[in-house]
Amino acid sequence: MLFKRHPNGIDLPYPSEITPQEIYTGRREFITRMAATAAVGSGVWEMANREAFAQTAGQKLAARANVALSTDEKQTPFKDAAGYNNFYEFGLDKGDPADNAHTLRTRPWTVRIEGEVRKPLTLDIDSLLKLAPLEERIYRLRCVEGWSMVIPWVGYSLSNLLKQVEPTGNAKFVEFTTLADSKQMPGLRSGVLDWPYVEGLRIDEAMHPLTLLTMGMYGQVLPNQNGAPVRLIVPWKYGFKSAKSIVRIRLVSRQPRTAWNDSAPREYGFYSNVNPNVDHPRWSQASERRIGETGLFQPKKKTLMFNGYDQVASLYTGMDLKRYF
Amino acid sequence: MALQLSNKQVGWVKVAIFVLALVPFARLVWGTASGSFTDPLAAITNSSGEWALYFLCITLAVTPLRRFTGWNWLVKLRRMVGLFTFFYALVHFIAFLWFDHFFDVAAMLRDVVKRPFILVGFIAFLLLVPLAATSTNAMIKRLGGKRWQWLHRLIYAIGPLAILHFWWMKAGKNDFAQPILFGAIVATLLALRVFWHVRRKPQPARA
Repeated sequence: MLFKRHPNGIDLPYPSEITPQEIYTGRREFITRMAATAAVGSGVWEMANREAFAQTAGQKLAARANVALSTDEKQTPFKDAAGYNNFYEFGLDKGDPADNAHTLRTRPWTVRIEGEVRKPLTLDIDSLLKLAPLEERIYRLRCVEGWSMVIPWVGYSLSNLLKQVEPTGNAKFVEFTTLADSKQMPGLRSGVLDWPYVEGLRIDEAMHPLTLLTMGMYGQVLPNQNGAPVRLIVPWKYGFKSAKSIVRIRLVSRQPRTAWNDSAPREYGFYSNVNPNVDHPRWSQASERRIGETGLFQPKKKTLMFNGYDQVASLYTGMDLKRYF
Repeated sequence: MALQLSNKQVGWVKVAIFVLALVPFARLVWGTASGSFTDPLAAITNSSGEWALYFLCITLAVTPLRRFTGWNWLVKLRRMVGLFTFFYALVHFIAFLWFDHFFDVAAMLRDVVKRPFILVGFIAFLLLVPLAATSTNAMIKRLGGKRWQWLHRLIYAIGPLAILHFWWMKAGKNDFAQPILFGAIVATLLALRVFWHVRRKPQPARA
């Protein structure tokens, strides 16, 4: 547990560090069951506990609020952000990941960083958590399907990690690979995508301070269904660009193949910047449904160019964003 | 043995089906009003489309089922399930006009002609309108049985259009399990009619 000195000099937990009661009581239940496991030692109990662990995995994760990079829009309720997910490794329906992702083992977990780098690295999750100071950043998340959320993520700029491995001059793109283990991920049986899930960014996009290597949300460790233990968040791109449960980061000289672009190249481009002026072939991207807010009786929210993150516009100067959608 | 029901019994079956057929709609209303849908607009759009498709399959299944079982009273349920097909298609269409375009008809029409998958669904819906409008006994009389029957064969076009709409919608995610299943159901139900039609004609003498 991290305790940081408050700016006012008094050691007080930040409001986001205070454990919500349901988690606190959930933990008690977990400890009780652990005791029961020791006493009974039966396989059934162990299985029950594995589920219990998945449910109580929301240990708190202390972080300093990065106000400058955060929106002050109303945050999406945690239950929606953790219950309405696209994570096809755990099923196609929005509720499937929350139901199924308890089978994901997030420890031990290592991430290999390799490719066009001088110092390839393999880091375990604890080293990743300590690599740079954790920040809380409240970002808008815009799904390519036309809905959006506002989520307080916990992590640090990916550039902190990339600098450690010293990219060579040939490193033009970064490829992110999600775990693909059919024992843990029932969704791999479906042929919807060519597993493993691979996503990619241009190196300047990956180095942009907004690009967040993310280990938590809502002041807690990431729930499994949200891409535990470590994922990417690229807030100016459609959500699918932000790979979950990452096991490998590779710096490469050519634009990598990416899962959705492979599957439906007309519908999902490599860049996939949020852009209200470029429609998806099957629907308009001009507006969005803000989860928990947009009801039946008001029009949808207007979608903003780069999801409102204008500071990335300079990355695309002179580029035809209709062609490179 | 053919199961024969009295008019009164058929009446009770009708009431039961009517109530059951409204359950999905009631769930949508309740789920939206109580706030239990995370994304109510998507829930309403998806669920109404799915139920329109289910009722379309049920409607197309009435005649084959009647022929296989000899339960002739089933035909008395056909109008109602047909109208429920229209009802859920209408909810689906209104959801599109409402949620996607907030009742901006011009914007909706631009969207329709721009996207083949929507165009196909829209045509299927338009073709359902005359069928629903001519579903009353008075209209059957006015049109005359033969012409009415011809008009209602539009359902044989609506079925494949609805499947194509569903297929294209799912194609973006390479998720074809359901389109294949419902495509096979509709194809089988239509193929049976072709088979019966061909068999009914006198066989030409072999040379």
